[in-house]
Amino acid sequence: MSLRNTVRAFPTLLRVGVAEALAYRAELLIWVLSTTMPFIMMALWTAVAREAPVGPYTQQGFVGYFLATFVVRQLTGAWAAWQINYEVRQGTLAMRLLRPISPLWAYAAENLGAVPMRTLVAVPVAVLSVLVVGEQAVPREWWGWPLLLVALLGSWLITFLANVCIGAMSLFMESSRHVMDVWLVLFFVLSGYMFPVKVLPAWMATLVDWLPFRYQISLPVEVMTGVRTLPETLMLLGRQWIWVLLLGTLAVTLWRRGLRRFAAYGG
Amino acid sequence: MISVRGLRKHYKVHKRPPGLKAAFRSLFHRDYTTVKAVDGISFEIQPGERVGFLGPNGAGKTTTLKVLSGLLHPSEGEVRVDGHVPRHREVAYLKKIMLVMGQKQQLLWDLPPAETFELNRAVYDVPREQFKQTLDELVALLELEELIQKPSRQLSLGERMKCELAAALIHRPKVLFLDEPTIGLDVSMQVTMRSFIKAYTERHGATLILTSHYMDDVAALCPRIIVIDKGVLTYDGGLQALVQRVRPEKRVVFRLERPVEAASLASLGRVVSHEPGSAVLQVPPEAVSATISRALSSLPVTDLTVENAPLEEVMSELFAETKARRATADGEGAP
Repeated sequence: MSLRNTVRAFPTLLRVGVAEALAYRAELLIWVLSTTMPFIMMALWTAVAREAPVGPYTQQGFVGYFLATFVVRQLTGAWAAWQINYEVRQGTLAMRLLRPISPLWAYAAENLGAVPMRTLVAVPVAVLSVLVVGEQAVPREWWGWPLLLVALLGSWLITFLANVCIGAMSLFMESSRHVMDVWLVLFFVLSGYMFPVKVLPAWMATLVDWLPFRYQISLPVEVMTGVRTLPETLMLLGRQWIWVLLLGTLAVTLWRRGLRRFAAYGG
Repeated sequence: MISVRGLRKHYKVHKRPPGLKAAFRSLFHRDYTTVKAVDGISFEIQPGERVGFLGPNGAGKTTTLKVLSGLLHPSEGEVRVDGHVPRHREVAYLKKIMLVMGQKQQLLWDLPPAETFELNRAVYDVPREQFKQTLDELVALLELEELIQKPSRQLSLGERMKCELAAALIHRPKVLFLDEPTIGLDVSMQVTMRSFIKAYTERHGATLILTSHYMDDVAALCPRIIVIDKGVLTYDGGLQALVQRVRPEKRVVFRLERPVEAASLASLGRVVSHEPGSAVLQVPPEAVSATISRALSSLPVTDLTVENAPLEEVMSELFAETKARRATADGEGAP
């Protein structure tokens, strides 16, 4: 589909995505419950910081960090890898491929369609964070707000495109769900989801800076909690969007090559 | 409109015997075998033609439809549909075709069909006015008014298939690939679907390829049929011509006033069925008149009709013929 037609069709795809998210509200609630890890980590790390701060984080710092982590995770989640795996195995991807628009746009719209519902969960937590930790819960400089939106968009794109890359692998191997499991383990450990990257040893923090995971959670959380200067933020955003471009190129390449092998199983 | 030349689609399939030992062995060494789903078929279809694509299970019918609709890349051969190469999946091509698979759905499961229709309007870029006109027509012809606002999951199979068909036609495709569109439907729903499909193709001059295990679908819709078996084309021509070739004998169906002796029927022709109030005889076409006049003079006939053998029997005989020919050829080829 031409870009113009895709842009014209996308609002309808999004609207249908939102309608589907509303239809699956029970499932969404269960997903939200499964993302409460930041609250558990918050309890753990605030206990550790009772005696003395851990790195730059006091008890209150950890509270602000993990509440922001919860909010970022809600707003930037994607599950296209599971969808693609399922549809490749069942052959139902065929029905998407018959339409004159790339299924990747449809997956994007369906994944983004859940954001309004998740915002309903995220906003009260963000308000709670402001009440508990005060101004440290939100950007303190004016530039922090637009850059937070850029960071959240970049984070969603990395998550979604990594999902597409891994999902597209199922077109080469019979199932890539276990690849997704490996990705998730790395994500939990290296993204800042379970602990801030700033508490890592310097050599490891440097390594993490060059991997995509910290741009999924840690960067938006850092921008939200205002712990970075403008030059630092811009540099990290630059790296984040380099990952967006790399993963975008890889996703499109894997997808196109994989489709040549698509067997469209089943009647 | 459709041109297929030497189409082959071969798959490499991993073969593993049952059992734990074989499972572990397959970790280190895998045996592959090549499945020839389609093995060198060629045919041409003119614009507006309605063609039945027949064959036993696993013959390669659905694989061919998937290649024609651009879902599968052929292993070999040349395929063109209305000037397009399907595997390129150009937008202009996808807007001209639709593949409806009776066992796959495009309706959004938890949303009403109206949402799928609207989604298709957007992705096919159908102008609002045309969308409204097409939808009104489809709703009236398929009697969908009560259905399109209910979640798809709450519709019966027949209702869902009607909505599937409507969703597939929102963009008025020029080429329809229908793969078992009436599977699982009751007889009256099958009739509704058939007459709708026929009306659509006639009204829009659309080309149709239909696969179905219900021979009534084929008889009602397709003057021409293509038969494939084990990936090889075994017949391409008129439906009547196939019946004449495979089973030229006619069936004479008698309604009887009272029961008759089996022996009195057997003297007239081969008895296909015999019940107290009716009998069916199979006779060569040239003997039909003579058989009828003998029957009228010797049996208490109240009514009679002359028919061809049921299409199911014709097809089953054709498949058996092909299988026997293949077995002979394999035997001759063996060392």
